[in-house]
Amino acid sequence: MTASQDLGERRSIRSLDFLVAPAIAVAFAVVGFGVIPAFGNDYWLNAILIPFLIMSLIGLGLNLLLGYAGQASLGSGGFMAVGAYVTYNVLLRLPALPLPFALLIGGLVAGAAGVAFGLPSLRIRAFYLLASTLAAQFLLEWLFNQFPWFSNYSPSGLISAPRLEFLGYDLTDARGRYLLTLTTVSLLTWLAYNLVRSQTGRNWQAIRDMDTAAAIIGIPVGSNKLLAFFVSSFVIGVGGALWAFAYLGSVDSRTFSLDRSFTVMFIVIIGGLGSISGGYIGAAFMVLLPILIDRVAGALFGGAIDGGQIQNLQHALFGALIIFFLAKEPNGLAALIKTFAARICKPRSSS
Amino acid sequence: MLRRFKPRLRTAGLAATLTLAAALGGGIAYADEAKVQYLPLQTYRTGAYASSGTPIWAGRLDYFTYLNETQGGINGVKLIWDECETNYEVEKGVECYERTKGGKDGSPTAAVFPNADHISKALIERSAKDKIPVVTLAYGLTEAVDGSVFPYYFPAILSFYSEASSVVNFIADKVGGKDKLKGVKIATVYHDSPYGRETIAPLELLAKTYGFENIQIPVPHPGADQTAQWAKVRELKPDWIFLRGWGVMTPVAIKTAAKTGFPVDHIIGGVWSTSEEDVRPAGAAGKGYLGLTPFPAGANFPIHDKIKAEVIDKNKSDLRDPKSFGSVYYNSGLVEAILITEAIRTAQGKFGARALNGEETQWGLEHLNITEERIKEIGATGLFPPLKLGLHDHEGGGQAKVLQWDGAKWTAVSDWIHADTDLLKPLILEKSAAYAKEKGITPRTE
Repeated sequence: MTASQDLGERRSIRSLDFLVAPAIAVAFAVVGFGVIPAFGNDYWLNAILIPFLIMSLIGLGLNLLLGYAGQASLGSGGFMAVGAYVTYNVLLRLPALPLPFALLIGGLVAGAAGVAFGLPSLRIRAFYLLASTLAAQFLLEWLFNQFPWFSNYSPSGLISAPRLEFLGYDLTDARGRYLLTLTTVSLLTWLAYNLVRSQTGRNWQAIRDMDTAAAIIGIPVGSNKLLAFFVSSFVIGVGGALWAFAYLGSVDSRTFSLDRSFTVMFIVIIGGLGSISGGYIGAAFMVLLPILIDRVAGALFGGAIDGGQIQNLQHALFGALIIFFLAKEPNGLAALIKTFAARICKPRSSS
Repeated sequence: MLRRFKPRLRTAGLAATLTLAAALGGGIAYADEAKVQYLPLQTYRTGAYASSGTPIWAGRLDYFTYLNETQGGINGVKLIWDECETNYEVEKGVECYERTKGGKDGSPTAAVFPNADHISKALIERSAKDKIPVVTLAYGLTEAVDGSVFPYYFPAILSFYSEASSVVNFIADKVGGKDKLKGVKIATVYHDSPYGRETIAPLELLAKTYGFENIQIPVPHPGADQTAQWAKVRELKPDWIFLRGWGVMTPVAIKTAAKTGFPVDHIIGGVWSTSEEDVRPAGAAGKGYLGLTPFPAGANFPIHDKIKAEVIDKNKSDLRDPKSFGSVYYNSGLVEAILITEAIRTAQGKFGARALNGEETQWGLEHLNITEERIKEIGATGLFPPLKLGLHDHEGGGQAKVLQWDGAKWTAVSDWIHADTDLLKPLILEKSAAYAKEKGITPRTE
């Protein structure tokens, strides 16, 4: 295949993209808001779709920071915790405020925490920055564990949403929580999609690719880095609140441990750095694939092999799949799927 | 290059989709008329807590198998179950709960047993909405003892408040009476999780009442290294240690205590630090270690002979390690199984001998009354004291014994110790009332 052919192919994908994107968005909206709530059962909503959507959102949040602005962070779990605990306290202490505002405040405070822990990014980069964001993770987790005020002196340190309602609608059943999640996730994804295509998004990418060059062409590097930390932590914070109240129902600070931060980072890396769809694909891989493997293994070997052994085999298989896909396409599953789609969509005559 | 593989990839994609649909959609079709009762099992057969969980499930499943083999289940309704692995994670636990709550083979889900404190707590609201009882033997949310606010949650046999109070009463006995507790230093070394934190509130109240010095030392999950915590113990020099571990934390604590020179016979393990599986890995260091538990040790109860003959000798046992037969955790699994099957039997008395749903099982649990005679019939005399649950008492027991490990087996070193229920009850009711207020729940009166 020659270079010019390759170029032509890419162009044709782009033009297709342009036509297809709105159609896909409409199709998703119809399915997501119409078909699924009407036909989906509790298991699909509670155990599959809600966690998938929330982890996608959190992956998207980190992707803005890591994939677009090039700032590494392992503080995602901590920022999720801020979102969850602040939302909880707002709901509890300001009962007059509607749910969306509580989520918004949770996100804003998480964003502010993100800015505070993003300050070192003005001086240090890459792995050094990663190490300093670890401080955010440990400090925030410790904070919510240490001071019982945050969990309203709950004896076991657990928090659970006092109420989930909006405009008189009770959102506590599976359908309500699903719609709350889907609406929030769609809204924030739409915002992020536009943001990365705006001047701000271009500034971030310039900084990611080479911050010295970005500074020379007049991009304010420092404020843009902090803005990226703010927006990313905002999205992660809202995601954390949803994880706590729309998905699990009740959480303690260990729910937002370093493991969670790693999961989020793997979602971004496996899904695809610097792509909006990467978060969704990565979350599907990290959240849904283990469940699928578990169910398939259970159906195939259930009863025949010891449960513990099946578990170990599943972990090994999951690890092998991660290595396989990253070796196949280091830019993540989003890139792999794009190439694959291009092959399928390409007219036969050109072959 | 890739193009050549296209048809193959498409086929593979189709196959993957079909597998997905089969795997996720499977089991929805119910067979009618099936006389079986479904009781799903949540497990964590890998990780830091597997050592504690595995013998519990063995005890439970062996009793189910025994009933199925010898009596055709409960009044002819056979028990069925399947496993769902949670890795001891809340997220997976919730997924397993959602996966199994719809029932199996025509039977609704009667009750769930997470065998994990934090998972059971994440299920409180879900299970109340789905009307499926969550049964948590000697663990779980203490304020759920008040069934008027928590209709579908049963922290039966011994709540964490009762556990803490029984330990204090045992120490009081050792120092010569409750009035001698003044100035005694009691340090609680606990697993820093919702499970571990449950005893903070009751110990605070007990310390205020009896005047002992209350020290709290948290151990982060999973507790595989406790050098810092035992250095603190060395510094503060407590007279007694109340060890509230789980899984790998307990043997590590015992070994580290021995290394730092703390006398092991002044450590009292809580319910989830008191089984052969906890002390055996500690080796010689565990000799003299004390533990408080409502479950006895030993395989010398009549029910064990029956299980040995009908289940173990016929290779139908779930035991992974034959040494665990008759261990404290194995016996706790037996008690768990007896409790739920007796509750189902009770409910069958009202609703008929058929597969019961969660709401009917809840009725059975709340009207459960296992008398001394019934225990004798089962062959479990001495395995647990008579148990009666009710609307305002989802605990029922509230008593435990202290055992001592001699390096090879446990010996009881106390009689049944009662908790200070009258002192603790107001605190429990205060917490359940606060929960009811926060959630807008009107407590039930019947």
